[in-house]
Amino acid sequence: MIAILQSYSSMLLGALGKTLLLTLLSLLFAMIIGMIFALMNVGRNRVLNCIGTIYVDAVRGVPLIVLAYFIYFGVPSGMKMMGATDFRLSALQAGTIALAMNCGAYMAEIIRAGIQSVDKGQMEASRSLGLSYAKSMRLVILPQAIRTMVPSIINQFIITLKDTSILSVIGFPELTNMGKTIAGNTFKSLQTWAIVGIMYMIVIVALSKLAKRIERRIDRGR
Amino acid sequence: MADKTVKVHVSNLKKSFGKLEVLKDISMDIHEGEVVVLLGPSGSGKSTFLRCLNQLEIATEGEIIVDGNNITDKHTDINKVRENIGMVFQHFNLFPHKTVLENIMLAPVELKKMTKEQAKEKGLQLLKRVGMFDKADVYPNMLSGGQKQRVAIARALAMSPDIMLFDEPTSALDPEMVGEVLNVMKELAADGMTMVIVTHEIGFAREVADRVVFMDGGYIVEQGTPEEVIRNPKEARTIDFLNKVL
Repeated sequence: MIAILQSYSSMLLGALGKTLLLTLLSLLFAMIIGMIFALMNVGRNRVLNCIGTIYVDAVRGVPLIVLAYFIYFGVPSGMKMMGATDFRLSALQAGTIALAMNCGAYMAEIIRAGIQSVDKGQMEASRSLGLSYAKSMRLVILPQAIRTMVPSIINQFIITLKDTSILSVIGFPELTNMGKTIAGNTFKSLQTWAIVGIMYMIVIVALSKLAKRIERRIDRGR
Repeated sequence: MADKTVKVHVSNLKKSFGKLEVLKDISMDIHEGEVVVLLGPSGSGKSTFLRCLNQLEIATEGEIIVDGNNITDKHTDINKVRENIGMVFQHFNLFPHKTVLENIMLAPVELKKMTKEQAKEKGLQLLKRVGMFDKADVYPNMLSGGQKQRVAIARALAMSPDIMLFDEPTSALDPEMVGEVLNVMKELAADGMTMVIVTHEIGFAREVADRVVFMDGGYIVEQGTPEEVIRNPKEARTIDFLNKVL
């Protein structure tokens, strides 16, 4: 184990960095996707409701690994058939898209639930003052909704971080992929996967602790 | 009242929730400076009627004209009309993430009616008027029900509305706090505000109302001065209701 750490620590740390990069990028886009579809779902427009529901159901109904294959292999080959021969997606791009789409669907549900947890009297009071729906949402509803959403968002953050390991299948050099390489080179599977596992665990436990802290802070602010 | 201008004109208003028809055919004129109290058993449609007046409930049929604006017309900018109609709710609905003063300043500042400084000045003035000046920087969860409702009234007044709607403003209050809220409302009435009030406070209605409207089953059963409706009701349903609550 020490030997592996000695010769591969910088590569492992680099791979962990790639994992975190992928997580953060995906999460950023997932927040945007989630917000858009959540707003579609809570509004009164039937067409938008429908689009929102279809997106959430479709993405949640497909395993992430299938989605990743579809975007990394399927989409470029589809583009080729349509004549865009030099269309390419890097593993990072495809991975970010797949993960952001997946996480975005869950995020949409978290945000929708958060918005719906705010008493409907809040919207009525805001609208009765003459504020538009959009302004009421932004100034009155969302600031309150976010408080209830924070624990679930951090939880989703952790899930997404773990899900990045699935993207090793498209060859993105994140932590799990690096584990495969090292295990293959050294034939020391036990030690390698123990190290990789512990590395994930340290980051995730640290995040959970942070989440607890933020939650407590919010509760006190109520 | 005949010489005063009509502020709100309601004709043949109907409202259904799915198959349930809550308002069956309501027509009414409300004049400038008039204080109208809506009485009636629960389920009679009085709250729904009130909420139609600023289109928190969308009318199914009929017309509501507020200051010349037909608010049942889809092309009317309802937000603009609502700026002139204040509303006070049974459950206060203060914004819990904002201080008392911020609650009051929000709408005037966001709707560009006032600068922040003007809104603050006006907010503090209103808080003084409802006796809540010393709570300006407190969050709503630190207030009692009566205090919350007084802040809610101040918030509605911040937009300088010329009509105020009250939806059972004292129903969620402990008995000892009802008086402080009713007193603020009495002062408003004395200042000439046009008010439409849904309440179960018969004593208040008798004292403050220019007109009492008794509703039941989605219709207006009887209306007139408090003297006429509360002291000498003519309709059997009104008599029955008053016997139960008095």
